[in-house]
Amino acid sequence: MNFDLTEERQMLQDTLRRYLRDKYDTETRNTIIESDDGISAEIWAELAELGVIGALFTEEQGGFGGAGFDIAVVFEELGRAGVVEPFLDTAVLGGRLIAATGTDAQKEVVEQVITGGAHLALAHGEPVSRYDLTHVETTLTAEGDDIVLNGRKAVVVNAEAAGHLIVSARESGAVHEAEGISLVLVPADAAGLTMRGYPMLAGGRAAEVTLDDVRLPASARLGAAGQGWGPLSDTLALAHVALAAETLGAMDSATALTNEYLGTRQQFGRPIGTFQALQHRMADMLIELEQARSAVINAAGYLQSDTRTRDLNIAGARNLIARVGRLVAEESIQLHGGIAMTQEYELAHIAKRIVMTDHRFGDADYHLERFIELSAA
Amino acid sequence: MDLSYSPEEQAFRAEVRAFLEASLTPEMADKVRQGHDTLTKEDIEHWHATLNARGWLAQNWPKEFGGAAWNAVQRHIFEEEAARANAPRIVPFGLSMLAPVLMKFGSKEQQDHYLPRILDGTDWWCQGYSEPGAGSDLASLKTKAVRDGDHYIVNGQKTWTTLGQHANWIFCLVRTDPDAKQQEGISFLLIDMDAPGIEVRPIILLDGTHEVNEVWFTDVKVPVENLVGEENKGWTYAKYLLTHERTNIAGVGFSQAGLDSVKRIAKAERANGKPLIQNPHFAARIAQVEIDLMALSTSNLRIVSKAAAGEAPGIEASMLKVKGTVIRQEINDLARRAVGPYALPFPSESVDGDNNPIGPDYAGPLAAQYFNYRKLSIFGGSNEVQRNIIAKTMMGGAGR
Repeated sequence: MNFDLTEERQMLQDTLRRYLRDKYDTETRNTIIESDDGISAEIWAELAELGVIGALFTEEQGGFGGAGFDIAVVFEELGRAGVVEPFLDTAVLGGRLIAATGTDAQKEVVEQVITGGAHLALAHGEPVSRYDLTHVETTLTAEGDDIVLNGRKAVVVNAEAAGHLIVSARESGAVHEAEGISLVLVPADAAGLTMRGYPMLAGGRAAEVTLDDVRLPASARLGAAGQGWGPLSDTLALAHVALAAETLGAMDSATALTNEYLGTRQQFGRPIGTFQALQHRMADMLIELEQARSAVINAAGYLQSDTRTRDLNIAGARNLIARVGRLVAEESIQLHGGIAMTQEYELAHIAKRIVMTDHRFGDADYHLERFIELSAA
Repeated sequence: MDLSYSPEEQAFRAEVRAFLEASLTPEMADKVRQGHDTLTKEDIEHWHATLNARGWLAQNWPKEFGGAAWNAVQRHIFEEEAARANAPRIVPFGLSMLAPVLMKFGSKEQQDHYLPRILDGTDWWCQGYSEPGAGSDLASLKTKAVRDGDHYIVNGQKTWTTLGQHANWIFCLVRTDPDAKQQEGISFLLIDMDAPGIEVRPIILLDGTHEVNEVWFTDVKVPVENLVGEENKGWTYAKYLLTHERTNIAGVGFSQAGLDSVKRIAKAERANGKPLIQNPHFAARIAQVEIDLMALSTSNLRIVSKAAAGEAPGIEASMLKVKGTVIRQEINDLARRAVGPYALPFPSESVDGDNNPIGPDYAGPLAAQYFNYRKLSIFGGSNEVQRNIIAKTMMGGAGR
């Protein structure tokens, strides 16, 4: 047993933490959130330069990491600093999915992603699919050498910045079936593709995407026809580790801010942290935070195991982190009082990041049900 | 024991319901549904005027001052019906906070001047209590007023001033005797917001809304006749005011309306091919909060009946505040869960120029409201302060 990070990962963590501490304060982030793009191109380029994106890919994919703990280290730091830039969407969901399924020509996009030169988005969820991840109504019809896409994709994060969208579409089978889902690499400027973009509550942007007779050569398919679910669910496993680690980092920030505030805020002639009622609540948060840390280690550590072990640990981690996340976000705000409700205070954003993670690829209840299902299997 | 309303009370409820159906426009109700921050100053003034025309604006005022003189049960019935109909909430600062203080401690001149102006909407009052260093420990406030001839000169800063951006008057707690013990050197002052030296700065909350402000005072001249009651007795008046702030503290009507809304949403949302409300985990969450709310509703009525019989609520109000806010916050948590990925968009962008929503039309404000309503357990005496009051009162020496 060894719970230490490797030297390389330790260095990555230190570098990234230092960079974000120096460059990504509350005011800088609020300016980014309020900008039209919702992304800082400068910070994106600098982080790519530091190797943050490369760390999310394996060596054979052109990176220098790509394992569960690489993803966890990067996203924990991104979460700690409340980074709103779309590393999950461009690198993990987009880049890793293309790396797993693409032809050599398609994989050129991955190289651009690693150097910070391209953005991607996964257009998978639909207006009524909620967290039912095999629910795909968007259709793919083969017509000669072409394929034609029709349908609507919901809350596609980073769609407007993306040069390409990875669209899931049903080529065969019933609406809920895993079998029959195809993946297609769609240029953002394809005729028939329209977007309605909007900012999100916790930063970043998303769009509702409509595909109206989008016609592409059959070579735009990623992987084999109707066989998209396998690589998609493998990529979602990576995303779950990333989301869990990001929330862990954000919770670490929230508890640190709260701890500091309890030590400095004076009421009734003494620091409020001297009140035992508040001390016990702080202690409970710290206990739960360590539970969350271990859950992330479980999810990252079993990422390469058999699918059942992997998914059981992921479902467990995301359920636990959703529960702890709500506790930490709400208690941190409460122990601060009004100040934590204001946009200019760091915790307000961190708390939003923590809670809104619960709305990406399954909330606490979804992952509980998934865990029950997998335990019974 | 009899849990039913009397025939008179039932008739009153029917009257309130008919009034709301006739007077509340669908547009206004829709704005309230979309979140109170969508209401403009004019919307609120219009609703106040509508209620005033019916004689129902100043519900707790005696008839001699133009009030409705409702008892606690009648007020409870109105709150319940108003929440059910999505009527705007009555802004309480002038009507149910300042007015009772003026009636009890103000001069005849102050009563004659200010009370009619509260009723007809001439004045919009805000509350100058909290300061950056005086939150839960309100008595440590530092804003000072120094007597100079016929005036006080006021310097300092108030914060969390709700809807201060709309107000033309503010009632303030100020320190008039810096040498007295904390609670004994405080006075209650009425200040014209147009006076030179006052600056209102917005505080933007985490959901992007502007409902609270900082109010800064730099050498503001306030005529001595704007002092309420006696100098250095302000803390007594403030405590009296706080007991009035605590009417309807349980918010049962609003929670019931919120719960009904969550159920409607959970029927419309689908999870794994079935209505979300049939999902056992979500159904259990709804049931749990509904069970709590049923009990709270009866707790509230027990206290409301006592109040209607003239008994002043003590620690019961603190208990209702803690439980009521926790339940309300749980309901808002369910609402954001219910809409799944459509909780992610920023609410002000949730409709486009043609009023088309991004996702389902109910989804827009829910996640933002979840965050906004974290304030409920913080303001009006935080839940920690309420627990202190309960423990001190109930535990005697051991709770000190």
